[in-house]
Amino acid sequence: MKIKNNLLLKLFTSTFYLSAFTFGGGYVIIALMKKKFVDNLSWIGEDEMLNLTAIAQSSPGAVAVNASILLGYRVAGIPGALITIVGTVLPPLIIISAISFFYKAFRDNNVVNAILNGMQAGVAAVIADVVLNLGGNICKEKDLSYILVMVSAFIATFFFKINAMYIILVCGIIGAVKVWLQAKRVKREVLSK
Amino acid sequence: MIAIKLFWSFFQIGLFSIGGGMAAMPLIQNQVVDLHHWLSLTEFTDLITIAEMTPGPIAINSATFVGIRIFGIPGALIATFGCILPSCIIVSVLAFIYFKYKEMTVIQGVLSGLRPAVVALIASAGVSILRLTVFGESGFSTQSLNYIAVLLFASALFVLRKWKPNPIIVMLGSGIIGGAIYLLV
Repeated sequence: MKIKNNLLLKLFTSTFYLSAFTFGGGYVIIALMKKKFVDNLSWIGEDEMLNLTAIAQSSPGAVAVNASILLGYRVAGIPGALITIVGTVLPPLIIISAISFFYKAFRDNNVVNAILNGMQAGVAAVIADVVLNLGGNICKEKDLSYILVMVSAFIATFFFKINAMYIILVCGIIGAVKVWLQAKRVKREVLSK
Repeated sequence: MIAIKLFWSFFQIGLFSIGGGMAAMPLIQNQVVDLHHWLSLTEFTDLITIAEMTPGPIAINSATFVGIRIFGIPGALIATFGCILPSCIIVSVLAFIYFKYKEMTVIQGVLSGLRPAVVALIASAGVSILRLTVFGESGFSTQSLNYIAVLLFASALFVLRKWKPNPIIVMLGSGIIGGAIYLLV
């Protein structure tokens, strides 16, 4: 029971802390979660983190909230999911509540703007770092089709602004067909022996 | 009554904003500005600016902002709850299916195709942020190239690759150092 409570507490503090620094959209928290839960705590594997991200992206609502729910559920079941939802939602709730009373002063403050501009470069670097690791691991699998999927998905989303939903859908179908063809080939080889 | 309207409005925003982030903006505008007149268009623009300056998903930030203006702290809580409820339900169902059937060959295949796609989506988000940092709103051109941002990005990435520190320290560090440089220049 004590261990379980410690786990929940750790889940709450981690998601609270990560959510408080999720500047610049949902994928920033994915990058931070990958660093924290895969590299640092080793609670889940890299493949599983990417699977959960795909599900989070395909569901309605904010990617950050969806990913937190999945992660919490994976680590500690339903109590885990509830804890991570609260942990993820509280920082923006508190910050916006506080700022809403003097938001004009906040928005027009030079110092705040300068710090946020500086931080944006750091956020870009954090994502770049995570992408280099993840992309490197995909390339290491030495399977040309996955590299091709990655490059075409990037071109589709970045240059052609195609909705991420469709990209996820098409890539999922490609993966299923690939496995099906492999299974068929194996079957044929077994039969011919 | 206003509480129920607030809840229902943000429930719809949560339910129909697939793809997250900017995809939610037109929906929020439709509900908050056009349908219910809770915010004027100027206030809505302010809200988007604030949402981009603060951490957290735009939908949650908007829910809190709108909720607090029309119904105080309870309003913020109700709107936020409404906004995340659809996600909670749908993601729970998907999670259940995923954890139950993830060993199946077909599902394994689907997931193996999704992983490279997800890396590409994260990369695209990163490149968009980088482009905004380095070139500003105006897009690619040598005049708009921000050398301070390039330098900050390069040093932050170098530090991350070399010493693998906590990424949040790097973000804060580049905020403080970069902020100081921007104010001085």
